[in-house]
Amino acid sequence: MNLSPEPLVFELSRPGLVGCSLPVSDVPAAQLPKDLVRSSIDLPELDELTVVRHFTRLSQKNYSIDTHFYPLGSCTMKYNPKANEAAAAESGWKNIHPLAGHSEAQGAIELIYRLQENLAEIGGFSSVSLQPAAGAHGELAGVLMIRDCLKARGQGQRTKMLIPDSAHGTNPASCTMAGFTTQTIPSGKDGNIDLKALEAALDDSVAGIMITNPNTLGLFERNITKIAAMVHEAGGLVYGDGANMNALTGVFQPGKSGIDVMHFNLHKTFSTPHGGGGPGAGMVAAVKELAPFLPGPIARKRSGKYELAMPEKSIGRLKAFYGNFGVLVRAYCYVRMQGAEGLRRIAENSVLNANYLRARLEKTYKLKYTRPCMHEFVAMGDVAPGIRTLDIAKRLIDYGFHPPTIYFPLIVPEALMIEPTETESKKTLDDFVEAMLSIAAEAKTTPELLHNAPTTTPVGRLDEVAAARSPVLCFRG
Amino acid sequence: MPFIPNAESDRMAMLEAIGKKSIEALFADVPARKRFPKLKLPPALSEQEVLREIGAMAAKNRGADKVSWFLGAGIYNHFIPALVPALASRGEFLTAYTPYQPEVSQGTLQAIFEYQSMAARLFGVSVVNASHYDGATALAEAALMAWKLDEGRNKILLPEDLHPEYKAVLKTYFSSFKVEIVEYSGAPENAALDSGCACLIAGYPCFSGELYGLKAAAQRAHEAGALFIVHADPLMCAILESPGAQGADIVVAEGQSLGNAMNFGGPGLGMMGATEKLMRRMPGRIVGEAKDHDGRRGFVLTLTAREQHIRREKAVSNICSNQGLVMLQSCIYMAALGAGGMKQVASLCYDKAHYAASLINSLKGFKVKNRSFFKEFLVSTPIPAQVIVDRLAKRKIMPGLALSRYDSKKEKELLICVTEMNSKTEIDRLVAALKEAVL
Amino acid sequence: MSVDAKARYAQSHEYARQEADLIVVGISDHAQDELGDIVFVELKEAGKRLEKGQVFGTIESVKAASDLYMPVSGSIAAVNEALQADPSLVNREPYSGGWMIKIRPDNAKDLETLLDAKAYASLVGEE
Ligand SMILES: Cc1ncc(COP(=O)(O)O)c(C=O)c1O
Repeated sequence: MNLSPEPLVFELSRPGLVGCSLPVSDVPAAQLPKDLVRSSIDLPELDELTVVRHFTRLSQKNYSIDTHFYPLGSCTMKYNPKANEAAAAESGWKNIHPLAGHSEAQGAIELIYRLQENLAEIGGFSSVSLQPAAGAHGELAGVLMIRDCLKARGQGQRTKMLIPDSAHGTNPASCTMAGFTTQTIPSGKDGNIDLKALEAALDDSVAGIMITNPNTLGLFERNITKIAAMVHEAGGLVYGDGANMNALTGVFQPGKSGIDVMHFNLHKTFSTPHGGGGPGAGMVAAVKELAPFLPGPIARKRSGKYELAMPEKSIGRLKAFYGNFGVLVRAYCYVRMQGAEGLRRIAENSVLNANYLRARLEKTYKLKYTRPCMHEFVAMGDVAPGIRTLDIAKRLIDYGFHPPTIYFPLIVPEALMIEPTETESKKTLDDFVEAMLSIAAEAKTTPELLHNAPTTTPVGRLDEVAAARSPVLCFRG
Repeated sequence: MPFIPNAESDRMAMLEAIGKKSIEALFADVPARKRFPKLKLPPALSEQEVLREIGAMAAKNRGADKVSWFLGAGIYNHFIPALVPALASRGEFLTAYTPYQPEVSQGTLQAIFEYQSMAARLFGVSVVNASHYDGATALAEAALMAWKLDEGRNKILLPEDLHPEYKAVLKTYFSSFKVEIVEYSGAPENAALDSGCACLIAGYPCFSGELYGLKAAAQRAHEAGALFIVHADPLMCAILESPGAQGADIVVAEGQSLGNAMNFGGPGLGMMGATEKLMRRMPGRIVGEAKDHDGRRGFVLTLTAREQHIRREKAVSNICSNQGLVMLQSCIYMAALGAGGMKQVASLCYDKAHYAASLINSLKGFKVKNRSFFKEFLVSTPIPAQVIVDRLAKRKIMPGLALSRYDSKKEKELLICVTEMNSKTEIDRLVAALKEAVL
Repeated sequence: MSVDAKARYAQSHEYARQEADLIVVGISDHAQDELGDIVFVELKEAGKRLEKGQVFGTIESVKAASDLYMPVSGSIAAVNEALQADPSLVNREPYSGGWMIKIRPDNAKDLETLLDAKAYASLVGEE
């Protein structure tokens, strides 16, 4: 890690410099609209090497998968193969414009088509739209599809969506954006949806349920087919949040087990890099009845040619053009390198790795739910009096590990949500276990090491309260 | 499989530690009848084979690397300095997650802060967020934000001359709510504002390239108690007065043109900025400055109580993952070009577009319809524009967008875009080809 | 955690205390402690009339956000402007400097429908 303070681009600025040579004009200058001429623009001015050093140094202030174990639960921080990057860097992709005619973009539409087909098969669905730009965008698509499908059934009065208490925040937020109200369904003692509570909630205002499977506790929803049947019986539809598909590729096809519409996070399961926040891709898949409502356009093949078209009763467009295409190329590359066999190995090894960590840590870090997990598990960080999960997380940084997801899901106090993924070796997992055990010991003997952590980073714990009370969101020099 | 690091012996040892006999046994919770389906997928390919297959597909496209390019309409062909992808694709940026742990994410966080700061200056606003999916969703979310401010206002005024796909996205985002979306034509200050309007939206420039000043519209919107939302061309803001300085409350943009490839339209960069007053109403992630206990400057995600992970169904938006890496590319682009470079690129676009427009306007049967424009202008053509596009394709020229793609009534309208990528020779060739195409 | 014996309380942790003909409203010491360091308080403007149970504002910490509900029906007679500059007043002195709004109640008797200090203390486990 680069520990030296790095000035802001503005502080490095020298008047008159420019970091890229630009062509001189070969046409006459035209008159700007007089009343709109901008007198000055206060952007930094830097030479090229200064820009290169600046951003290189900044990059060295990050933990990343390429540099560190990053067991961030629910985020599937697996290795992102370099072949994905090479595939996406083809000039034939970078230079194709979305409004070039279909005949000019046959390669691009073919790739979309093939990826749609592959993902539909992996999920066991009838059709796929690659338009959503991220998981939450896929959720919005899915709940809008549920809304329109219910209307088409003459059931427009169904406006309540059921959401388990372990769900990710995007689930209820997406419902609100689609005009649904939400009702929280509690989890039972086994960490699965409480069937009695579900039964009680299933009245004729229910539009459906949003299920994450495996759920955010890392547990497979054992009653999945039963839950789907209950909701269907009551006239509702079932949405699947596929953020956790890494546990299930080649293991379980949600579309053949009662899930009506679902998103996958291609930036998780399908190894496209997360880029420090995005871009992702949140394809949405549907069974036959819901397929006509998919957002579009989607790709299809007609007499040997590829084309893009709107599904018949589409909810409409969710973004301009066709989705985060550059991300789709990476995901396609990954799926093609895996094949059916490889996909199953992903799930198997991710589940094996998670259970191994669970088995080695559970005596020290308590679990609220003790049965075998899927690709992740949730432990608790209160290993000694006065020690909180936050302290464990920050101390892990000093040991050279990115912390797990903390304080989520909300139903486990002091949650530490650990997802190793299949691309980590036993050796790395063993090193992580050693660090976790040693931190638990420190928590009892030298708790100040935890309270003061991290000390090996460019900055220590930052005062987030002061930052939120008087926000400084832009450089003010 | 090169992505799985454990040997069979490792797996055995791990199973023993878990106390299970086989990996299959770990999947006991999955209904037995549904477990391990046989997926019908094509067989796996090696890296060498997959890159060849994908390369062959990519080669089937005919884009700006093979053809003289004058098509814009929301996605633009601009030069990308080599340092932009070289820096942004460093693994430490590329393979990091959202910066939830600030101490080990200062690189990403400081870059976002720098992006926010530069974009805010470009737009003339106080706050810019860390990105939306694209320009269209940024606009839709801005309108949602304006609408939620005041439950008494249920009308949104939209320029008729807005990208048709942006209109469609806005319609989808509002499809669950009782909101009236009304289109106006012409200058934004002429829109029919009243006390029921949540916001007035204007293009800067419009889809057709037409450029209106914004001051009068801002004033009229504010008099009616509505927010004024501007969809801007970010590069243009380097030479023309910023929307913020003219009174915009929210500025949104597609930032692809700032250092990002066209990529068949995605990933793009949804930019959104606003006045300080609106900062806690904004969707999306925002980075702020903070200090550690030793007084060192650092950066954190802040004002998070707006977001879904805290406020769930009451959040201002459901957005979680955004377009981080695209934002980073634009951040590096703005830093590398700086004030001088941004101005120069914008001027090149402006001058070349005006050079092209004046020549095309003098061709028999062609007429430039704009009064004022930046880099894109609308031309009425003597024969259907799509016929021209098809004819010029044979000469390796993409002359623009035939508007009949979106509206069959607009058969003889061609939207032409000229950027710094188009040399004078290329422009002259386009003009000659247009002339011959209609002979 | 302290409970102001002179105030009455809503299940949603707002307190309401009669002062002359107005009712002073804020959140209890217990509620501020649960939320943690308050970073922002947003209140509806004075003059607005709201029913009991309607939202009169929101309060945010770095880890949580919560709506604030009218304990009784009435119109907002005053809002505590000091919270804009210093929201930590809610943490430091919830019952005095950290007050939020003053309500002119539709019906002064409505106060009696709220929990008294003793009942509230037992609700939050503070006996
Ligand atoms: C369970 C779950 N659902 C939904 C999402 C939202 O996905 P995205 O961030 O791609 O919008 C996430 C990601 O954090 C998640 O973990």
